[in-house]
Amino acid sequence: MTQLNNNPAAPPGVARLQFMQAAWAWVGVAPFLVFALMFLILPTLYLIVGGFQDPDGNFTLQNLFDLFQPSIMSAYWISIKVSGASAIVGAAIGFGLAYAVVLGGLPGWIRPTLMTFSGVASNFAGLPLAFAFLATLGRTGLVTVLLVKFFDFNIYATGFNLLSFWGLTLTYLYFQIPLMVLILTPALDGLKREWREASEILGASAFQYWVHVAFPILWPSILGCTLLLFANAFGAIATAYALTGSSLNIITILLYAQIRGDVLHNPNLGYALALGMIFITGLTNGLYIWLRGRSERWLR
Amino acid sequence: MAFLELKEVRKSFAQNVVVQNFDLAVERGEFVSFLGPSGCGKTTTLRMVAGFELPSSGSIKIEGKDITHLRPNQRNVGMVFQSYALFPNMTVAENVAFGLKVAKWQASEVGPRVEEMLNIIKLPHLATRYPYQLSGGQQQRVALARALAVKPQVLLLDEPLSALDAKIRISLREEIRSLQRKLGITTIYVTHDQEEALSMSDRVVVMNEGRVDQVGVPFEIYNQPKTRFVANFVGTLSVLNGRAVDGSRVEIAGQTVAIGRGLGNAAAGAECAIALRPEVATLEGFGGQGATMNSADRAERNRLTGAIDDVAFLGSVIRIKVRIGNDLLSLDTFNNPGVTPPERGTPATVSFSPADVLVLEGK
Amino acid sequence: MTRREKVNTMKQSRLGSWIALVIGTLYFVVPLVGTFEFSLRMRRGEYSLDAYRSVFADSNFQDSFLYSCGMALATIFIGVLIVVPTAYWVQLRLRKLRPVIEFITLLPLVIPAIVIVFGYLRLYNSSSMIPLTAEVWSTDLLLALSYVTLALPYMYRAVDTGLRAIDVRTLTEAAENLGAGWTTILFKVILPNVRSAILSGAFLTFAIVIGEFTMASLLNRPAFGPYLQLVGANRAYEPSALAVMAFVLTWACMGLINVFGRAKQTKHAG
Repeated sequence: MTQLNNNPAAPPGVARLQFMQAAWAWVGVAPFLVFALMFLILPTLYLIVGGFQDPDGNFTLQNLFDLFQPSIMSAYWISIKVSGASAIVGAAIGFGLAYAVVLGGLPGWIRPTLMTFSGVASNFAGLPLAFAFLATLGRTGLVTVLLVKFFDFNIYATGFNLLSFWGLTLTYLYFQIPLMVLILTPALDGLKREWREASEILGASAFQYWVHVAFPILWPSILGCTLLLFANAFGAIATAYALTGSSLNIITILLYAQIRGDVLHNPNLGYALALGMIFITGLTNGLYIWLRGRSERWLR
Repeated sequence: MAFLELKEVRKSFAQNVVVQNFDLAVERGEFVSFLGPSGCGKTTTLRMVAGFELPSSGSIKIEGKDITHLRPNQRNVGMVFQSYALFPNMTVAENVAFGLKVAKWQASEVGPRVEEMLNIIKLPHLATRYPYQLSGGQQQRVALARALAVKPQVLLLDEPLSALDAKIRISLREEIRSLQRKLGITTIYVTHDQEEALSMSDRVVVMNEGRVDQVGVPFEIYNQPKTRFVANFVGTLSVLNGRAVDGSRVEIAGQTVAIGRGLGNAAAGAECAIALRPEVATLEGFGGQGATMNSADRAERNRLTGAIDDVAFLGSVIRIKVRIGNDLLSLDTFNNPGVTPPERGTPATVSFSPADVLVLEGK
Repeated sequence: MTRREKVNTMKQSRLGSWIALVIGTLYFVVPLVGTFEFSLRMRRGEYSLDAYRSVFADSNFQDSFLYSCGMALATIFIGVLIVVPTAYWVQLRLRKLRPVIEFITLLPLVIPAIVIVFGYLRLYNSSSMIPLTAEVWSTDLLLALSYVTLALPYMYRAVDTGLRAIDVRTLTEAAENLGAGWTTILFKVILPNVRSAILSGAFLTFAIVIGEFTMASLLNRPAFGPYLQLVGANRAYEPSALAVMAFVLTWACMGLINVFGRAKQTKHAG
């Protein structure tokens, strides 16, 4: 279409040909657009619109207000806490590992090995991950048993429970840490050797280099990756469901129950629940994109 | 005593010797270039002065103080990198102030010093910009200001102009040199560009395969190259192979050439090679410097005959190649709108003064 | 600082790296060892493979696993059919549309899977205009399509990177210049050149789809994910055996991605 507008003086035959070409160009992406519309955009829009409607289809904000009842708020809150804790701890440890492998002076074979392993571990999620942690840190799990046997230390006596906030966070870390390693390594690679050398020869210590140069350059990437980890954990359900059943009421499990049996007794409140989730993940991803743009501008 | 002194500096990585027996004494305020092809060890030597590499043996001294084992941040040396290496998270002013802050300057002194440096590099209006908003030439000037702000004893420049466009390269070349003169700072400049080295330096160190081939002022390096490598690497050179006739004459393709500097103790009949810069030879009957000479000078000149092999019109200069025996002799002559360049294949006679003939040692 | 001190600080920083690496490795290896050990405990007093035998003997295991394998293949097939022509076309003709398409392909990372499937259940239930969940075959189709959305970000990125590496425009023009039709171009020129990218995307898709729980469970299909959930809720040792098998399967998928990725790199180098 734009081609047409650019050529107002073109003879009708040519214009027609150009129109055909432009139309043909769109035909190529039509299947994709139809697919995205039907199976990605419309279903989401349906829920978003539904969140603003009462059962008769009239506009209302009541559903959004109803989200602020304690049971729903606590579900959001525990989800945010688990996602936040696993994202922050995962980011910190992942950063340490990525740093060790990129800048730590380790032998060359370690890096590709860790990368492949991270690829596997970051995809080892869902139900099997829950089973693995139950078998390891459950009441009869290997680590639990060995700790009692050799150190006479029962972690369950300290109040630890795998089916709790910290248990779930610990489990999520299994895919959060390798994911951080995978997405942060390129940013660490982007640190030029000359920056360290320039800072050193200007009299700065290694610590001053990190405080004034390396960390300021890296923080948008680190923060952005942390947000990505947060969104990654926030939408997860299978691990938590298999691990805790419904004893830990995170938001995805609540929504799952709502979809299966309308436990809230209000379909439109269910839509609002979904709307709240989209809002939170949308916000984190938006921030991530903004931060990535910022760091890319510098590292260009 | 020299201001900066490198003594028998040697560097090897595993089995590879990168720099060997490097001796150099640089005077205070001197501008010295390290010139050589890539991999000749010039950058490694510079990085040893900076402290980024530890010499395998030998010592480096500044003002008599041994700095060989000092860390870079304890050396008071400034450095400019090929890739600018400005900190991308800081503005121009913050970049220049970085070294001052690290050295714990008073806040009240940092501002004026930064301003002064930005004025020196003529970019005061860009103080609040970020590096990614600057052109390459501007970035490199900021890098220079950043390195000089802390008043280092020695300034090191590692191919600072290689990443820039030809035009900016030349203007920045002059700017760096005049700045260096004004501040009187002892400077080492690493480059693979002979024109840069010759035009900027007080002295040039020509390096080859980890060794110093020759150290001298640009005029010497160009006119009296000590080795065949220096002669070939610096400037254009035509090499003519022949045999010694006696201590001061060489036979080239059946013609005899007198050599002002003599052949040393070469035996008669021994193979030897002479070399000529393109600007010292004249094509007889085609203008050039021979036309303005008096007859006595003219009579002493060597003459070689051959045939025109190639004529390249470069604008103000015409480079003509003349085939003499098996070798080609290049000569430059100024363009003259009234004279048409000779055709390929026409016979030609080249003349040059015996004093201008270089005798090459080595292979 | 003397030479020896300098060497010491270097050793210290390297020591820190080793410590980080050892802790990281332990964190990832211990649960695997624990799971494996647990999976051998089924017979009282001795280690045995009983848990694995029990799993393999379960006809639900075979059925659900095969069902999910079929789902994965269908997902890969539909995904390739949608993603490859789109990515190709965007590079060739509609460069202006690229940010839009990229944004759409990243949406599944923003919208949680459970929200997407919730939308399906509202839009395509048996009383809606397009009652996809009314019949078994159409529900299967809906499940496969839902998996395509899950795999979309990874699939599109893999193919797009592959296409970028080969300069699609020049290749297409060269083929057109030699008189090739568009089917020839797509199947003989473009596809072979992005084969390794597609395979990488395919194995990743397989790893995602095979144990997926949310979509299959909410669409009520007998897939491997819901089966795992059922076993997890009712059995003691079989879940560990299944976790070990799932880990091996994930490892195989990633290994294959690496093999194909590397094959491409060496081809470029040579």
